[in-house]
Amino acid sequence: MAEVLVYVDHVDGAVRKPTLELLTLARRVGDPVAVALGSGAENTAATLAEHGAVKVLTADAPEFADYLVVPKVDAVQAAYESVSPAAVLFPSSAEGKEIAARLAVRIGSGIITDAVDLEAGDEGPVATQSVFAAAFTTKSRVTKGTPVITVKPNSAAVEAAPAAGAVEALSVSFSEQATGTKVVSRTPRESTGRPELTEAAIVVSGGRGVGGAENFPLIEALADSLGAAVGASRAAVDAGWYPHTNQVGQTGKTVSPQLYVAAGISGAIQHRAGMQTSKTIVAVNKDAEAPIFDLVDYGVVGDLFEVVPQLTEEVKARKG
Amino acid sequence: MSLRIVVCVKYVPDATGDRHFAEDLTVDRDDVDGLLSELDEYAVEQALQIADEADDAEITVLTVGPEDAKDALRKALSMGADKAVHVEDDDLHGTDALGTSLVLAKAIEKTGYDLVICGMASTDGTMGVLPAILAERLGVPQVTLLSEVSVEDGTVKGRRDGDTASEQLEASLPAVVSVTDQSGEARYPSFKGIMAAKKKPVESWDLEDLEIESDEVGLEGAWTAVDGATERPARTAGTIVKDEGEGGKQLAAFLAERKFV
Repeated sequence: MAEVLVYVDHVDGAVRKPTLELLTLARRVGDPVAVALGSGAENTAATLAEHGAVKVLTADAPEFADYLVVPKVDAVQAAYESVSPAAVLFPSSAEGKEIAARLAVRIGSGIITDAVDLEAGDEGPVATQSVFAAAFTTKSRVTKGTPVITVKPNSAAVEAAPAAGAVEALSVSFSEQATGTKVVSRTPRESTGRPELTEAAIVVSGGRGVGGAENFPLIEALADSLGAAVGASRAAVDAGWYPHTNQVGQTGKTVSPQLYVAAGISGAIQHRAGMQTSKTIVAVNKDAEAPIFDLVDYGVVGDLFEVVPQLTEEVKARKG
Repeated sequence: MSLRIVVCVKYVPDATGDRHFAEDLTVDRDDVDGLLSELDEYAVEQALQIADEADDAEITVLTVGPEDAKDALRKALSMGADKAVHVEDDDLHGTDALGTSLVLAKAIEKTGYDLVICGMASTDGTMGVLPAILAERLGVPQVTLLSEVSVEDGTVKGRRDGDTASEQLEASLPAVVSVTDQSGEARYPSFKGIMAAKKKPVESWDLEDLEIESDEVGLEGAWTAVDGATERPARTAGTIVKDEGEGGKQLAAFLAERKFV
């Protein structure tokens, strides 16, 4: 079976969940060879092997942290040249997409971004994408070069599939462009202790109806009772009530959880684009005409300041 | 010396319209009204602010697209950009991101530039990779996804807010920048701006002007193929109840029934 290159998204050796999902999809197309770069790269090997990586190529150098994107493009290109894979897969993070795109130009290949599924096909991997605010799904192929495909979080289940996962050092020589954009400082995001938005099984989001930053604890309390991540609509983020990193929608995160709870969100197209592939959707909104109610499995027309706290209490009571 | 800023913009079908595909599975641009991609307005805004801070600057807005795409250029000109370039050619129909980036890169080089500014993504294709590809093709630094940007003494600085960290970036000009919707609300064109825009120069170039062969672009030259597009079935109507004091409890019961609680 041909080898498939899989770019590993990790933080100091801790592999992020979307990469493990990617390995599930990669195994449908070939034997996954993982590429892990930067500090802690070698520590990713055990987890990657457990999920199907036949080989783990690692490289560490100060350039990966000190300069933006390009050093990683140089490294993945080196891996590509040593492996000659049937496809190169990336998680659809901001950085993953940028590395993928630059690699595609360099190796003369087409690129597909934000796939939500991947299957083997007669003419190479077939990617499913969700487009036009998830109103359509398309099936696409790369027709020139080695397919470069980025895949969204929550597109596949994480599966155990033990493989050798032998670590091999990747030798990288950096291009002239590698040091073009300096990362002068980096401030890690503080952990909220809640699940990551794009990875969470349940997401509870608040919108304009929440009325102010001071009321968001209501949303957070419901999220905590359900073990959920907290999201916010663009209206709430633009008003400065909640951080942009929590924005669900076209210019924020796309989520596809088992359960999506929308509180005080009207459901404008920009928001729907980010959540309408959720499996179950429920909403609380005082406006019975709000478009969000067209999407819901269960909706409550009412004041969220009454309904949400009652829901939180009831969830807690039922959970004991 | 004048700071030469090129802003890449895209004319897209209105996201609030009923967007769909044409028979050849390209985006149907005939049946839905088009407009300047909202996310590109942020790029125009930052260009205007950077130009304001510079001693001397000239902003060129650039688009690749059909005849109607001029509307997007007019909007940017009415916001305050100085001139526009429209790359238009029948052979461009169906061009994908890699092809479009080739055309943009050639047009940017022909225009001459110190700083290229893009939006974070288009509102139709939403790939968000074009700025990185342009930097690769032009061989200049990529300073992308900035929620804050400034230019001083030939250096561009900005803040990139990522999932796990927030980074301060710095690069020498020339460079390619992209800005997010957090970079600052775009201004509305003033009446004066709209009138002035009518007199601003809009140059039209075709593939020959850019020395691009027609087989490098278009549907035939595309690096990817769409084999099928299916409309997502509408969600089946759910249960809607009016809160009469028990709404929260009713919702909890539904969640319990679906085994979320």
